[in-house]
Amino acid sequence: MRDPASPGRRRFLIFGAVLGGGLLVGCGRSRGPASLGDPGLLAVERGEVGLSAWLKISPDGTVTVAVPRAEMGQGVYTSLPALIAEELGADWSTVRVEPAPVAKVYGNVTLLLDSLPFADDDHGFIAANVRRIALGAGGMLGLSVTGGSTSVRDAWEPMRFAGAAAREMLILAAASRWNVPAAECTARQGTIRHESSGRSQGLGELAAAAAKLPPPGSPRLKPRNEYTLIGKPLPRLDLPDKVNGRAVFGLDVRLANMAWAAVKLSPVFGGSVKSFDAAAVKSRRGVLEVVEVPGGVAVVADNGWRALQAAEALPVLFEDGPHPRMDSEHIAAELKHALDGKDASAYEGKGDAPTVLASPGQRVEAEYAVPYLAHACMEPMNCTALVTDDRCEVWAPHQAASLVRMVAAKVAELDQEQVRVHITLLGGGFGRRAEIDTVVQAVTVARRLKGRPVQVIWSRTEDIRHDFYRPAVACRFSAALDGDGRPQAWHHRIAGQSVSQNFAGRLLPFVLESMPDKTNVEGAIHLPYDIPHLLVEHARIELPVPVGFWRSVGHSYNAFFVESFVDELAHAAGKDPYQYRRSLYGRSPRHARLAEELARRAGWETPLPRGQGRGMAVHYSFHSLVGQVAEVEVSEKGRVAVRRVVCVVDCGLVVNPDIVRAQLESAIVFGLTAALHGEITLKKGSVVQSNFPDYPMVTLADCPAIEVHILESDAAMGGVGEIGTPPIAPALCNAIFAATGRRIRTLPVKNHNLLQG
Amino acid sequence: MISLQINGKTHELDVEPEMPLLWVLRDVLGLTGTKYGCGIAFCGACTVQVDGDAVRSCVMPVAAVAGKAVTTIEALGGDSLHPLQQAWIDAQVPQCGYCQPGFLLAATALLARTPNPTDQEINDALGNICRCGTYPRIREALRLVIAKSGGPQ
Repeated sequence: MRDPASPGRRRFLIFGAVLGGGLLVGCGRSRGPASLGDPGLLAVERGEVGLSAWLKISPDGTVTVAVPRAEMGQGVYTSLPALIAEELGADWSTVRVEPAPVAKVYGNVTLLLDSLPFADDDHGFIAANVRRIALGAGGMLGLSVTGGSTSVRDAWEPMRFAGAAAREMLILAAASRWNVPAAECTARQGTIRHESSGRSQGLGELAAAAAKLPPPGSPRLKPRNEYTLIGKPLPRLDLPDKVNGRAVFGLDVRLANMAWAAVKLSPVFGGSVKSFDAAAVKSRRGVLEVVEVPGGVAVVADNGWRALQAAEALPVLFEDGPHPRMDSEHIAAELKHALDGKDASAYEGKGDAPTVLASPGQRVEAEYAVPYLAHACMEPMNCTALVTDDRCEVWAPHQAASLVRMVAAKVAELDQEQVRVHITLLGGGFGRRAEIDTVVQAVTVARRLKGRPVQVIWSRTEDIRHDFYRPAVACRFSAALDGDGRPQAWHHRIAGQSVSQNFAGRLLPFVLESMPDKTNVEGAIHLPYDIPHLLVEHARIELPVPVGFWRSVGHSYNAFFVESFVDELAHAAGKDPYQYRRSLYGRSPRHARLAEELARRAGWETPLPRGQGRGMAVHYSFHSLVGQVAEVEVSEKGRVAVRRVVCVVDCGLVVNPDIVRAQLESAIVFGLTAALHGEITLKKGSVVQSNFPDYPMVTLADCPAIEVHILESDAAMGGVGEIGTPPIAPALCNAIFAATGRRIRTLPVKNHNLLQG
Repeated sequence: MISLQINGKTHELDVEPEMPLLWVLRDVLGLTGTKYGCGIAFCGACTVQVDGDAVRSCVMPVAAVAGKAVTTIEALGGDSLHPLQQAWIDAQVPQCGYCQPGFLLAATALLARTPNPTDQEINDALGNICRCGTYPRIREALRLVIAKSGGPQ
């Protein structure tokens, strides 16, 4: 058994540091005035004045905030500017947003810190030092990446600082203009006021003078009781354009003389192009060019439909590569083999679980499995690029602007400084849009069409069949219960591909050796339950199916495994599942408090009619705690209807409660779709599913009533975008068990015959 | 040449008669508010109105709508917002927003014909897919509009 927890063998998959090829040294995130960055990073027009790299103010008082995170529905175009507006004393109705350019000052260091394999409450020597080093590397690399539910947490310090610094500069400019003490001036609702003299001016009238002043070293940040915007359900700034058709997603980019390119990729993973007959489509109306791209061919035309039609008609011979016969049965066998094998890495161990499990007593054992899942963003994959002799511009609905620039420069054979990246709105992201495949394709085609912008578009079929999937994962549990039914020992072995290794492998020119990957076991380690003997292992397997980050990543399956199995233990112990959890939360008062509130809100004790059931799950992820109770009805014919989901969340300090609620609703529906229907299968090396009819989604008709309750909390700020997804699958399946007595251990639910009688 | 009436304007277009209306709107006329989602009339992101009916434009040959009145999201509210667009903002419905034009076109077509629809009628008319899961808020926004127009509270 390998032990990645021994310091001598500790190698961290600090992906950013590896990527940059940089040394793990640095000075940490820029703090104080250095975190303000250069106002020159922002383009200004019509008299606008930049006060830092984060905001500019126009003469009419409009405050434009540069947001360095991608808006993919999670609300960062509202929650992030609110941080600046709060400290600035801005009038919310005058706040606008623009995507920030790619620059180190906007780097996301929280994402890097969260990827380290330590418990959140581990403040020991190794954890503290590795965090410090990673913080340095993160600050030095300055990667603009949106993911890991980090956006608000990462922006919390620098964006409030930028707002406060700008406020003090504006006040100083006003005070010197009026010849009054700065300490007597206030900033509120977009106006600087001096009460005793009755003087006031708008931010727009003071911005030019303020910009000439040096930024303050330590501006006063408001205490929480002075907040007027943070904590309020501010309406989203991006919605007006999202209901009138003006919102610009990647596919809506329109440039002069732009062409469209549709791709046809090798249906078999790992396959390549052997030959293609360009002449067969070149005479079609509007077809301009046929270009080989990595793994496939792109057909360029003067219109998207003509490109898609021609790509479909293009005769291409593919070389199938080394895995032409890979199918779902092989993959299931590989996973089973890994569960049975000797080779696994221990990610958490205490006491002596194997010995306790080998001694006599009550045992509970179970195997669980989940399938590959596609992201199926509503906006199919796309990317637009323009390449000239000395520059490259890319327009992309992308979660990782820094990677876009890096990859575009490499493909275009230019320096990164010669590449300009424009991040559009994203029609869904969920982790899919951290991948660089379409960027490579767009820049490859644009090089051929030098001087002419080209938009690479994917059909829905390509989108489903060439995703980077949530891995298929299997696990085995063995638990020993004492006379009271409490678990004395817990052995959990998980098998599957490593997402982080797979992702990094696509970006790096060399193959990484095996390294611990926290995402494999996140949500399966550091459990809240009192269990004296515990062993959690992961057996990594290599398969040709590309895997990637999918909303909540490892939590998406580990929550299903753990919270279902705890339900099984409760049943084996003859206890109520809620009371059983409560009795094991001895060292986790935060869990106990949330579970109590959840049981109360859900009416846990209220009996349900025959054929209905309630199931509970509570899961900690991304520094936040979420509990859900699902109520289901299973008809005599075995049809499952989810009637109601009650959700309680403790995510610490809340910036925008309505966005928090919306994200939880969203993540619940996302997780329900996966639990009920989601399944990507393989046959002869290719994905079987191709579009929404065979990769179905929950719709309005079958969407349950959802209640989200935010628990007041003084905990540190947690993430929000992903946390609602992990608990819903176990809550649902525990509810099905309560309704029918049938335990669902493999997803999706649709594969189970729940016919009654 | 095909003669099209889009949002009250007439366009004479030289395009293949079988080209779906969606691509004519987006790539020929530059009206990008109507979205491509699945290409098989399943997800509803491409929904527009043709003579007041909700139609999935990604499979509708452009020749089939010649001479008919096509309405897209760009003209749904005329110079202001349609009451449903306002309700969508009031209930803070959209997240990523990509599917919402299709929902709005389908919902306005429904309410124009059936101002006080049953849940079943709503479910039947709005089979569109939203990957962000905004369904509870879509229902809420519809309730707001129906209540204002005198339907059941």
